[in-house]
This record gives sequence, structure tokens and C-alpha cells, in this order.
Amino acid sequence: MSTELPVLKPADFGSDQDVRWCPGCGDYSILAQMKKALAAQGFPREKTAFISGIGCSSRFPYYMATYGMHSIHGRAPAFATGLKSARPDLQVWVITGDGDALSIGGNHLMHAIRRNVNVNIVLFNNRIYGLTKGQYSPTSEIGKVTKSTPMGSVDNPLTPLSVAVGCGATFIARTIDTNVKHLAATLQKAAEHNGTSFVEVYQNCNIFNDGAWKYATDRATKQDNVVELEHGKPLIFGAESDKGIRLNGLNPEVVELGNGIAEDDLLFHDAEAPEPTMAYLLSRMHQPDFPEAIGVFRQIDAPIYDDQLNAQVAAAQEAAPNAVLNDLFNSGNTWEVE
Amino acid sequence: MASTVENISRATIRFAGDSGDGMQLTGTQLTNTSALAGNDVATFPDFPAEIRAPRGTRAGVSGFQVQFASEDIFTPGDQLDTLVVMNPAALVTNISDLRSGGLLIVNEDSFVDKEFRLAKVESNPLDNPDMDQYRVIKIKMTLLTRTAVEELGLSNKFADRCKNFFAMGFVYWLYNRELQPTLDFINTKFGSKPEIAGANEKALKAGYNYGETTEAAVSTYQVEKAKLKSGTYKNVMGNQALAWGCITAAKLSDKDLFLGSYPITPASDILHELSKHKKFGVRTFQAEDEIAAVCATIGAAFGGHMAITTSSGPGIALKGEAMGLGMILELPMLIINIQRGGPSTGLPTKTEQSDLLQCMYGRNGESPLPVIASRSPADCFETAIDAWRVATKFMCPVIILSDGYIANGAEPWRIPDYDALEKIVIQHPGERSEDDPPFLPYKRDDNLSRPWALPGTKGLEHRIGGLEKEHETGNVSYDPDNHEFMCKLRQEKIDKIADFIPELEVDGEQSGDLLVLSWGGTYGACTTAVTQCQAEGLSVSHAHLRFINPFPRNLEALLGNFKKVVIPELNLGQLQKIIKSTYGVDAEGIHKVKGRPFSVSELLAQFKELIG
Repeated sequence: MSTELPVLKPADFGSDQDVRWCPGCGDYSILAQMKKALAAQGFPREKTAFISGIGCSSRFPYYMATYGMHSIHGRAPAFATGLKSARPDLQVWVITGDGDALSIGGNHLMHAIRRNVNVNIVLFNNRIYGLTKGQYSPTSEIGKVTKSTPMGSVDNPLTPLSVAVGCGATFIARTIDTNVKHLAATLQKAAEHNGTSFVEVYQNCNIFNDGAWKYATDRATKQDNVVELEHGKPLIFGAESDKGIRLNGLNPEVVELGNGIAEDDLLFHDAEAPEPTMAYLLSRMHQPDFPEAIGVFRQIDAPIYDDQLNAQVAAAQEAAPNAVLNDLFNSGNTWEVE
Repeated sequence: MASTVENISRATIRFAGDSGDGMQLTGTQLTNTSALAGNDVATFPDFPAEIRAPRGTRAGVSGFQVQFASEDIFTPGDQLDTLVVMNPAALVTNISDLRSGGLLIVNEDSFVDKEFRLAKVESNPLDNPDMDQYRVIKIKMTLLTRTAVEELGLSNKFADRCKNFFAMGFVYWLYNRELQPTLDFINTKFGSKPEIAGANEKALKAGYNYGETTEAAVSTYQVEKAKLKSGTYKNVMGNQALAWGCITAAKLSDKDLFLGSYPITPASDILHELSKHKKFGVRTFQAEDEIAAVCATIGAAFGGHMAITTSSGPGIALKGEAMGLGMILELPMLIINIQRGGPSTGLPTKTEQSDLLQCMYGRNGESPLPVIASRSPADCFETAIDAWRVATKFMCPVIILSDGYIANGAEPWRIPDYDALEKIVIQHPGERSEDDPPFLPYKRDDNLSRPWALPGTKGLEHRIGGLEKEHETGNVSYDPDNHEFMCKLRQEKIDKIADFIPELEVDGEQSGDLLVLSWGGTYGACTTAVTQCQAEGLSVSHAHLRFINPFPRNLEALLGNFKKVVIPELNLGQLQKIIKSTYGVDAEGIHKVKGRPFSVSELLAQFKELIG
């Protein structure tokens, strides 16, 4: 008899349910890479839980062979906080979208991140409401013409990673649905981080907002429009690796290497900087003025909510190992009636 | 000593003053001291929503009423035997509750022009000829307290903060109460600040001695011990009893307790209380809002904890969607609503029973949830345990209704022996191997309950959610027949709880002229009023509902046994609506929405009128 533990393959993480996303949706790629990341990680399937809100992305748990809950619009971080607080032994993932996390659920996202609950939040950003059939979202660009904005939207979009920085996130990353290796690697890093991991995935909705990330996914343009962050390395991009980001005071600028500009003049990425200033600055780099950054923006160690909550309970129990309810009932002033 | 000591069976006393005058503390001390003396007690704290409303104004008046008795009592009393007022605003807002011939004890030092202006009275209300019907005792409490604490060298401002202890001391003399329990309290509470402890002790004794020395009243009063069922007792407030009941229910079911909550009056004290008991495996999560509080609760329930959330009407409104999810997930949890005056922000510190329809029906879709209501502060303990028994046996959220009157009121609680309480047995399904048939998360047992499968259990991996589920598999299903089947099944499950709960008991005859049907915090006033009717030979019976959803099996038959049914409620007829529509019974209603409980006398008058 073999005593080896069975090794789970990516397919072992898929449930028996038919996947019902539209053909060509970016969500398929994220689902596939998630299964790969989990298989590579080797964490027990039964100790993994996926919690989602409402929206296309939030159907995700139904397609995983783990524990899962498809909850309420915007509230997945709150469910996950309760689950992780009660069951710190579980690996808990939150699957959300730009409308779910940043519109109706903005409050819960903010508080899960600032508490540093040890969950992994993956935000599928397609810059549109898909499940309700095509209204603009909080990440849609100004002037977006949709069913609810026939003359173009007038509200300023949010940058998800800037929000995460503002909440003091301890792990912030961005990746792209079609960049499958980078996507799987990023999910794995998120899983390994202790504390809230926040991952934005540029995800294409081929029905209601096709090509929203074309500049970042198109073979011809992506190398000029995306800069891949690596800790301790300079920010270099371009098809010829001939461009970089340099700091001019507190402002980034795009420079061409050569003509007296060397790699050492460029901004070097420090994901572990205690202050999130640089992560914020990187999150604000937008097309068309800048290449948009992918990779791990920030990764620091900080006290974790669920660890501390459970440590307080453990400390109280340790201090009173023989606590019985009869003592509580009879505490304070009591009197006897014959 | 006063010339005589008069033996009386009960006394109702109210302290009223500025919200900064320490009236709640004063009343609580008299309550505890009376309970320790063996009296039955019932209290009614009444305070403004503002933490410090403008000093001296009517809006800033805070009151604490206590009734103590040598017999069983169920209410804090109607009319006051003694009213203590610390300023003119307290006098004008409370005097109408003092019975004719009652004692009015006044801090004379505050009856000056400046205070009259703040209280918006033209002249000294004590000069009003109507005052002749009361026995007025004017005491220069401010001056006497300052003198009493003089040797400690405190500022006047500081000394004046002790005058509630002077008033307390005087009342202790009047009702022959022991000083020792309050001296012990002072020592415990202020022991680390000797000058404060010393000043309060001196003020308390000064008040007591003032009564004794001046023989301020013709007689003092003695209330003998009440004949309660034998046992050990302690005084509990409703929210405290609920918190302890939840801890106990968790232990009885071998669970840790998780509370997700957002601060809201009058429920916050449950959060405070539970936060203190981590050693019993209690985790409290102060969420970012009401919605997060209930969602985290559902998350913890999924994880296998005894999960509860606490709030009041406005918070329950926000939790509505998640309560519906909890219902369709079929996970056990408690949702506790400490009702307050509504609608909207309403009267946050006042009591009302106007969230019944909200809790019964305030969710989208067919979303039935069991509703159980506690009837008194001590009853909250068992209510919590009963609710958890139902939640776990039938795999559903259970709503507990309490109210501000129960939450902040206090009464003696007969302390149970934990080891003698019936355990709550929960069986979680165990691991499965690949050779076993697939796990069916929505396969039901005889109670129509589904299994509570915990994450971490190998082979039971499953997904739950708000979308309609296929019978047994729990997979998402849009099938029209399945949806109707599942809606009916979930309703049937809640209806089945009626087989599990006790039948409704009747206080009085099983048939007759009038049945008083009550629920929640009106129990005490209804019981007392019905007892008086029965003593007068009237054909009046009383039944008090603990479960409102589902109703006890025998309710329908019982309603038919009486010529008239009356439902007194602190709302505009919410249970009345449900009873009428459920049973087609023409029930009468007695309705009050003044932020205050029923008085026995007003119920008594209306019951008699109904009998004609």
C-alpha cells in the first residue's frame, strides 16, 4: 500500500457544475489559473473556501470543488472576515468585481483591508457591469457611453489599487487575465502572504466592454503599455526594453534609456517599503501618459486581525483554565431565598 | 428615629434629575440593596437620547424608577409613592406620576430663578397650590452635601457631584435599607480614588443621618422579604441575561460563540457584556456597519460557530437582505432585536414593540423565520437558550425580540445550576471518501433540516449561496417547479417548529369573557392587571406568547373559547393584524406608542371596559 498523500491536480479543484460565463470571457482564464495555483500550493481542498458577492465574477465559487459561499452584493469581505475569525485554519478567498467591491461593497473592502484579515481578495476588473447587462462601473473611464449613460458618464473612476493603498493594504498586486503565467504566479504569491492580499485582475468582458484592456493585452502594444514590477529591480519597459520610469521630485516620468540615462537613474521598485508612498505613485500611472504597472506593488508584514482576535481568546482562556459558568452566574451580589 | 415604622407590601420610588446628576446609579443602588434585602424588584430606567442634554432643561431630565415588594411583582409600578427631584425640570416633568398623598423629596437648593428659567417655568412650581396633595420634604441637598464633604477639601463643583448619594442616603433611611451594600459598591468602584470614595461615603451617610436626626417624615417604611421560590438569586438586566444566555447556549452545544455587531442603542450592552467573556470562547467582532455585522455572523455560522448578531430596529432594517440569505442558506444563527421607539431613528432610548411586522415579513421573497420574544429581564436568559435549540434543530436563523424596557430593566434571577441544564446536541456530518455516494448538502432529516457540514471536513466540500437551490443537491436551479417546491418546503420546516415548542399556557380559566393575549415586555403589566381582574371576580384569562412564529398549536382553539380577545401592544396593532389574518378572529387591540410601557391601571381600566 502506498503511504504517499495524493497530489491534487488542477482539475481536482473544479466542481461538477457547468461553467456559465459567456464564451470568451476573461473569467475562464482566472478560473484555470486559480486551479493551477491551488494545485501548486498543495493546500488541502477541504480547508479552502471561496466567498463571493454578486456579479459575473461572483459565480466563481460554484465552479470550485472547495467549500464556498455565493453571498450578497458587495458583502463578501464581511462574510470572509466572520469565517476567517471563526476558522483561522481555513484558507479563505474573496472573489469580487469592480462593481461588487468598489461600488456597493466599498465599505467592507476598506475595512477588511485595514484590519488586515488574512484573506485573499481577487478583484476582477472589467470596467463594466456585466450581469446587469452593461451599465458603467466605478472603474469605467469618464465619458463612457452605456445603457445608463447614453451621453457618456461624468463620474471620475476609482483606481482599485489606490484604494487598497489608502486602506493600508499589506499585499497589493495587479495582473492580467491573458497573461496566464503572471496571473498564476500572482495568485500564488497572494495565497502565501499573511494578511489581506489584494489582487486586481484586468479582465476582459467580451460582451459589454470588449477590448477595455486591449492596450495591455495586444501583442503589438502591450510591452510599451505595461511595466512589470519586480522587487529591487528598475522599472524598465518597451518592446526593446529601452524605456524606463524615473522620479522627478515626487513625480514619475517616462524616459528613454541611453543618451546619458542609465538604469541606475531609474526608479527601483521596493515592494517592502514600510511607507506605501511609492506603491500609491505606481498605482496612479495610467494610460496613455504612462505604462500601467503589473506585479506586486507592496508586500509587508503587519499584525493580522484574526490572529490577534484568536490570540486574545486564547490568552483569556489560558489565564482562567478552570472557568466555569456557575462561577459567572454566582458572581457579584447574590442572596439566598429559603 | 422617626416615630413609627410602617410595614408596607410594596413601594414605588423614582429618582429624577439632570442627566449628569447620577440618577441611574442612584436607582440601581437602591434596586440592588432592596434585592439583597430579599424583596422582589422591577425597574424602569428612563433617560434622554442625548448624553448630556443642556443642563437644567426638561429635555435633560433622566429618571430611574424601582418598585420593591414583599410579594411577586411584574412591573416597576404605576404611580409613585415617592418621587425625588433634583431640580425644577425634574419636578415638572415627573410630578404627574406621583400619587396623591405621595412623598415629594426636593433638592431645595436648585429651586432658584436661574433653574426656573432653564426649566421654562414662570415661578417656583413648589408654590403651586396643587402641591398640597403631596407630602413635600424640602432638603438643602447641595449645601448639606458640601458641608458633609468639607473636611476633604474638595471644590464645590466636585462636592456637588456627590449629592445623588445624599439623596440615596435619605431614601435608604426612609425605607429602612442597609447602607452596607452601597458602601461596598463605593469601595469597589472608587477604591483606587480615595477622595471620591470618601466623599460619596460621607454624602450617603449624611443623607441617612439627616433623615434620622431631623425626623423628616412622620414614619419610615419597611418592606419585608418577598416569598420567592427557594434558591440563590441575583439581580440581572435584560441585555446581561441575554448575553449570559448566549454564552450558556454555546457551552451547552459545545460551541464557541461569535458575535458580529455594530453599536446601537439599546442593544450595545450585549456587545459590551460579551466582550468581557473571552475566557468562555467568545469572539466579538465590532463591524463597520450593521450589514457587515450580520454577514460576518453568517460567515462564522458557516464555519461552525454559534453565531449571533445584535441590533435594534434601524439596524435590523439594514440586515434584512442578509437575514434572507441566512434563511435560504439554512444555517443556524440568532438575530437579536432590542426594539426601541420607531420609525426611523425614532426614540432611541425609549421602548416600543413596533418591529414585530418587520421581523415577521421584512425580507424579500418567501422568507419565513422563527420569531421568539422574551418577556422580562430574567427571562432573556432562557429565551436565548430556547432560540438556539430551535436554530440548531431546524437549521435556520432565529429572531429574538426584546425591547428597551426589558434590556435596561432589572429583576431577580434565580440562578440555575449549569450542570443541570439540558445539553444541546449538534451532529455535524463526518468525513467521506471518494467511494461514498456524493454528499447532499440539502438532503433533509425528519425535521426537514439539512446537515450542518463544516469547512475542513474532507469529502463534504460544497457551495451554498443566495440563488435558488435544487432539492437535496443544493446546486443552483432555475427550475420553476423546484423553486415552488423549495419555497413551500422552507415554510413547512418553520411551521414544523410548532411540534417542538410547548403549547400556550393560560393564566386563569380556559374559557370565559375575555382573553388577554400578550407578547414580549408587556407580560408584567398584563399579568398584574389580569390578576387584579380575577381577584375582583371577573372572567378574564391571560395567555402570553413566547413564540410568535410559529404560533403554539393550541392557540387557535384557545382564541375560540373566549367571547372577546384583546391584544395589548406597544404599537398600533401588529400582533393583532397577524392574529386576525391568521385565524380570522376579531381580536380587539389596546395600543400605546409613547415610548413608555403600559401602566397596570390603564390596562385594568380597558379590560373592564371591554367586559362591559
